[in-house]
Amino acid sequence: MNIVCEHLTYVYDKGSPFAVKALDDVSLTIAEGEFFGIIGHTGSGKSTFVQHLNGLIRLPSSKKKRYKPEKGEILPTLKVGEYDLTSRKTDFYSLRKKVGMVFQYPEYQLFAETVKDDVAFGLKNFSKGISKEETERAVGDALTACGLDPKEVAEMSPFDLSGGQKRRVAIAGVIVTRPEILVLDEPAAGLDPLGKREVMALLHRLHGSWCKTIVIVSHDMDEIAENCTRAAVFSEGKVVMCLPPRQLFKRTDELLSLGLDIPLVAKICLALQRRGIEIDCDFTADDFVAKVLALRRDRR
Amino acid sequence: MHAIETKDVSFSYEGGGFRIAHLDLTVEEGEFLAVLGHNGSGKSTLARLLNGILVPDSGTIRVFGTPLDDQHLYEVRKQVGVVFQNPDNQTVASIVEDDVAFGAENVGLPREEIAKRVEFALGAVGMLGLRNAVVSRLSGGQKQRVAIAGVLALKPRVMILDESTAMLDPRGRREIVEVVKKLNREEKITVILITHFMEEALLADRAVVMNRGEIALTDTPAGIFARHEELLTYNLALPRIGVIAKKLTEGGLRVRDTLDPEQLAEDIARSVRR
Repeated sequence: MNIVCEHLTYVYDKGSPFAVKALDDVSLTIAEGEFFGIIGHTGSGKSTFVQHLNGLIRLPSSKKKRYKPEKGEILPTLKVGEYDLTSRKTDFYSLRKKVGMVFQYPEYQLFAETVKDDVAFGLKNFSKGISKEETERAVGDALTACGLDPKEVAEMSPFDLSGGQKRRVAIAGVIVTRPEILVLDEPAAGLDPLGKREVMALLHRLHGSWCKTIVIVSHDMDEIAENCTRAAVFSEGKVVMCLPPRQLFKRTDELLSLGLDIPLVAKICLALQRRGIEIDCDFTADDFVAKVLALRRDRR
Repeated sequence: MHAIETKDVSFSYEGGGFRIAHLDLTVEEGEFLAVLGHNGSGKSTLARLLNGILVPDSGTIRVFGTPLDDQHLYEVRKQVGVVFQNPDNQTVASIVEDDVAFGAENVGLPREEIAKRVEFALGAVGMLGLRNAVVSRLSGGQKQRVAIAGVLALKPRVMILDESTAMLDPRGRREIVEVVKKLNREEKITVILITHFMEEALLADRAVVMNRGEIALTDTPAGIFARHEELLTYNLALPRIGVIAKKLTEGGLRVRDTLDPEQLAEDIARSVRR
């Protein structure tokens, strides 16, 4: 399922004195199979955008019987695979099964008495009448995919787990419905450095094997550089850049002028540039090290 | 005088959860201390013990010489302010200045004194311009500054920040770090900063690493991040830049172990040119 979005605009509290234009003519395509990153300041429109992807925020034309566009309004296109999100006829219920959404700090949403009940909750809601055995198997598979041993944790209270484990249980509760696209808002935020690394490794395991496409919102530029195929930069409701990390992080001046960070490798590359050394790498640590060592070999 | 002094402090949660074990920690007045440690190492428990939210099973805690016990609890709490992780859990009023005044009102200060302190606290965190703003409409960084101001209005001598920047974006994080640095420097407030971010820990005079409820390491922040093997033992990640330097060294390049990108670039440049 590709995500195709053209001319998407969204205004919060439209018509009130508090009206805020959160998205301003956004056009963005995310292809099936990508590990896509979304970058931008708080308030840049990132979250508003991702909430459109499974219809948590719905376009006016998908809600009203006969939607009359305002004068001069460009009608947006928003398609997720076969689903046309501008249409009233769209089955949003089944769309939400296909597009899994993991919010920030998803562990705050854990509620059930046992891990297995918590993970099963979404599944039971989406698949009415699913048998007990099937549920059990699906929950076990989802927990295993998230790096947890069902035998060990299934009967535990989710509140007795560590922070990193809780987060993985919360992710299991979303992937249990086998979404094709998994969207995660700041999946690693607030964890300690090892917990962060575990969650990112988990997403890589899921990518391809479990979910075809992964979209992450992140403030951590190293995370984007190390993991993403492409990333879009949001600023004041607009997409100002959408590039693979290799090209994106060459535009350091633009990123810094937007008040955004750059990855550590980009910082070292800049410092090397000032010393007359150009390193052309994809801004991952491994590639940087390889390129530096190759450069030295060439010079000898 | 020691701002904080704990002697042989132990604590365990009901049901046997993790704990603090025989902890001896001294923090000097005016010091800026960073506390590191993986999740579950006891950092937050320590923060909660130091202003009496939790009571130790054994051992003593002294704050500026005053023992933290039933008799002195409220006195000590006025001196030790804590700012927690989630900005949304720390505001009580809907308007910024009312929220900042809340703590000061609770300790029964006269009206004029409260007004003065709110003014001072909002000024210190750079939020005077937003004193009449609605708290729920602020950014995360602004909300955390309001939380800090609320603590400041009580004129504490020690401020504990328990992962107060963990939920903020990089801009919000910078805002908080700036404010904390300024309070330490200008108001001479003793700061205990619990964090997972290396850049923040590097601002401290001294850092400790906690592991299983004990202080496992004490050093300068840069000194701690250079101790790679020990960091791994205590389930802490190596600094990214250290990993890169190590890989370059393994590849035969002569670079120093540093936390500064400039310095690493300097070494690479020299090594490549030779």
